[in-house]
Amino acid sequence: MSYITKPVARHKGDRTNGLGLTTRDYEGSMSTLCAGCGHDSVTAALIQAFWELDVEPHRVAKLSGIGCSSKTPTYFIKEAHGFNSVHGRMPSIAAGANAANRDLLYVGISGDGDSLSIGLGQFCHAIRRNVNMLYVLENNGVYGLTKGQFSASADIGSKSKKGEVNRQGPIDPVSVALTLGATFVARSFSGDKQQLVPILEAGLEHDGFAFVDVISPCVTFNDHVGSTKSYAYTRTHMHEVVQTDFVPIRSEIRTEYAEGTVREVKMHDGSSVRLRKVDDDYDPTDRHAAIEYLGSVADQGEIATGLLYLAEAGEDLHRFSATVDQPLVSLGYEELCPGSEVLREVQKEWW
Amino acid sequence: MVTSGDFGVNDFAFKVATVNGTGSASANGLLLQALFRMGIPVSGKNVFPSNIQGLPTWYEIRVNKDSYTARSPDFHLVVAMNPQSYGRDIEEVVSGGWILYDDTKPLEEELVRDDVTFLGLPLAEMCVREFEGSRTRILMKNITYVGALVALLDIDVEVVKGMLQEKFSHKQHLMEANFRAIEMGASAARERFDCPLPIRLERMDATSDCVMVTGNAAAALGCVYAGATVGAWYPITPSTSLMDGFTEYCERFRVDPETGKKKFCIIQAEDELAAAGMVIGAGWMGARAFTPTSGPGISLMSEFIGLAYYAEIPSVFFDVQRTGPSTGMPTRTQQGDLMLTAYASHGDTKHIVLFPADPKECFEFAVAAFDLAERFQTPTFVVSDLDIGMNDWMIPRLEWDDEYRPDRGKVLSAAELEEAESFYRYLDVDGDHVPYRSLPGVHPKGAYFTRGSGHDKYGRYTEGSDEYIEVVDRILKKVESAADSVPEPEVLAGSHGSNGAGPSSRGELSNGAGPTSYDARYGLVSIGGCHWAVLEARDELTRRGLDVDYLRVRGFPFNQTVEDFLVGHERIFVIEQNRDEQLRKLLTIETGCPKEKLTSITYYGGQPLSKGHVLEGLAQHIDVPPELLPAGAAP
Ligand SMILES: Cc1ncc(C[n+]2csc(CCOP(=O)(O)OP(=O)(O)O)c2C)c(N)n1
Ligand code: SF4
Ligand SMILES: [Mg+2]
Repeated sequence: MSYITKPVARHKGDRTNGLGLTTRDYEGSMSTLCAGCGHDSVTAALIQAFWELDVEPHRVAKLSGIGCSSKTPTYFIKEAHGFNSVHGRMPSIAAGANAANRDLLYVGISGDGDSLSIGLGQFCHAIRRNVNMLYVLENNGVYGLTKGQFSASADIGSKSKKGEVNRQGPIDPVSVALTLGATFVARSFSGDKQQLVPILEAGLEHDGFAFVDVISPCVTFNDHVGSTKSYAYTRTHMHEVVQTDFVPIRSEIRTEYAEGTVREVKMHDGSSVRLRKVDDDYDPTDRHAAIEYLGSVADQGEIATGLLYLAEAGEDLHRFSATVDQPLVSLGYEELCPGSEVLREVQKEWW
Repeated sequence: MVTSGDFGVNDFAFKVATVNGTGSASANGLLLQALFRMGIPVSGKNVFPSNIQGLPTWYEIRVNKDSYTARSPDFHLVVAMNPQSYGRDIEEVVSGGWILYDDTKPLEEELVRDDVTFLGLPLAEMCVREFEGSRTRILMKNITYVGALVALLDIDVEVVKGMLQEKFSHKQHLMEANFRAIEMGASAARERFDCPLPIRLERMDATSDCVMVTGNAAAALGCVYAGATVGAWYPITPSTSLMDGFTEYCERFRVDPETGKKKFCIIQAEDELAAAGMVIGAGWMGARAFTPTSGPGISLMSEFIGLAYYAEIPSVFFDVQRTGPSTGMPTRTQQGDLMLTAYASHGDTKHIVLFPADPKECFEFAVAAFDLAERFQTPTFVVSDLDIGMNDWMIPRLEWDDEYRPDRGKVLSAAELEEAESFYRYLDVDGDHVPYRSLPGVHPKGAYFTRGSGHDKYGRYTEGSDEYIEVVDRILKKVESAADSVPEPEVLAGSHGSNGAGPSSRGELSNGAGPTSYDARYGLVSIGGCHWAVLEARDELTRRGLDVDYLRVRGFPFNQTVEDFLVGHERIFVIEQNRDEQLRKLLTIETGCPKEKLTSITYYGGQPLSKGHVLEGLAQHIDVPPELLPAGAAP
């Protein structure tokens, strides 16, 4: 049987969150990914983030496309509904679901094949539509599930396991998101949980489309010398532009900052994100400057990471559609059907 | 052809040939509406190009005192306003008919026919004299030909004026200009010709219980009444006006008066794939969601349709068919998507499909589709066509039962989940093949993983043969069991209803079982918009003593009534609007009827079906009284 139930073991002394839940309550089924796959570390970071945010498990909706990365939603929060849809089309499912029920916390997990090739259109339009969700792209530069073909995020010169060299320019999802007007754009690394967790938390709290590109190495097909998405390459070329600290409403500030280096951004629920610039001349709230700066970092062969851009979310799908505040699914039929009297009236217009 | 003394009174067809983008559409609408308000049964068919401005366009109107309003290609009068299409237009008038044209420029010699009467009026010249500005002159020329028709056909001028008053109540100068154009056209016609013509109108009282509406507007209203809250779409002719209608009605009836906020969400998607995804996402959440599209959209949506089928997510798809394959003829009608919708998507799939024959059924089947989709937790299609969707049809006034409540199917509430010992999404608890559903966000016990990949009855991922087969077999039984819940076929047997006074039926949604034995040798089977032409043809045959039974399929999967009808006749003629005999093939695949028994009569040229297609088709196989056939068509 290919389904593996994970035994829930509760240990004495496990820390509980505000809901009295331990991180184990945010786990899902046992992962069936390759041992060491970056995606599993993203799962662990997500579990940590949900736990720290005191999220009610069943109020989360987990969505994905198809790919190794898209299997991830199975591995966290088993008490949440999950939707493993079709390749590259998760954004439209998320948009429709969100249109119907705006009250849930949406998290979409995708891959670089899923979001940048077959699903590039839907990815772009989800950004434009500003669907209120956390969108995590587990980026490994290859198609894992179909065994190692180059993906659209593979860098020029990157070598496949078989030794082929990629000659086509990559699509950088961070640049795409910035260009299309995303209001929350981050990049991180599956191997850097300390950086990733607060970014995911901030993304979950962001009141709009929050995009996180996570370099998430594929140990089986793209972790060799010559790959630019391997653990070793990412570790040595990662350039943290901004450090992020997420401060939930109730928590005290854990980090000390030097005067003048911190920018605090309030989230809609009262929590805040503290952005500490590592690069002095970087402004994570200036879209155009960010695009330019990130370009220059890339030109130096480095991978810019951190919460790279953050702004007021602006109008999301619901605000520009002017929908009612309550979820559409909660409206009673009586509120929706105009009734026989109106039908008689309408038909008077029909000549 | 009627040969009595009142030849042509309230029984003729005419068409107006113009250039698209010149404002003729509103003049033609005015004409149709005037005839309807005179109480005369009427239909209008807009034959338009896939183009915004400058190409030939036609508007065909048929008046028929007996309420036969299928398309008639026998035009007694052509209003030829477009020199580009003179040749074809003049050719299409029946012998003894009339041609109204603009003789500001003389007609070319070779176009002249001596078996028809040419009625020339210098319309352009008149408008130049009477009106200022080139745009106004072009627009008023349309109203001027309406004026000429007022005199020629004896249209009640007060009715026309009344409509203009309604339309231009806030634009006095436009109303006056329109009045002048009507008067000018009418008096010019009276001066020159013997008015009215033998084809003319007389007031009746046959439309007072009717309304005139397009299938798309009716379907849109059906979606509102069904309680649909999410609509996603990508514009495509001929389905666009369905979402336009939904938007309009929602803006009127679904906006909170206090906050101004909307109890609906309409998303114009980036393509049909995304539109389908949105519908599925919303359906998964428990909203009633739909997308209107046409064949090309269904092709794109296919992958998602399979997902909704296998993951059992209620979703409603409107396919307003147009002429395929590929882009085909986007502004012409066809029934080319019967196979496509019945089995859309790869792998083993089969869907619930409803086939309305007119706007009344578009409204009713829209509501039924949401109920079926939720009851059976599966994609459900409402398949109409361009003719039904975009043309104005005369239908009995729609009715609504305020007692109606949506059938949401088996959805577990938070309380039920709380009490349940366990919940497994795909378990056939009741033995009726329909499992229970839980909605996201309701209760932790309801959580499960929705997926298009292999799953067992507990909702768990599987690659195991037996577990996989168990689920797909149940889904097949579930969809097949919907055969008794889709609208019953309409059956007309023997001389039932053919009393010579108009169409022998107008289908009511009923779920009673049909007859199981039949006397007639022959049976006709048809579908959707073919209905009205088939009915007219059958009535004529019946009046001449040739009994043929008739069944109109209204839903798929087919039920026992369909099977019994096929079995109960020596020979069946399947009448449909596609080249590949798709309905006949569906019937052979899905029933036990031997295929030799079924003979197809197809027409797929893009125009709505007319009785001539049916009678000529039948004449290829059986003895049809020759007087029913156009000259030269008898075998
Ligand atoms: C329509 C369609 N085409 C192709 C596939 C095959 N396929 C499955 S996953 C995948 C690529 C996944 O790559 P990525 O999104 O990068 O995920 P990864 O496995 O690398 O995490 C492909 C091509 C499919 N499932 N559906
Ligand atoms: S193939 Fe690569 S991406 Fe897929 S599970 Fe294995 S390591 Fe992860
Ligand atoms: Mg990948």
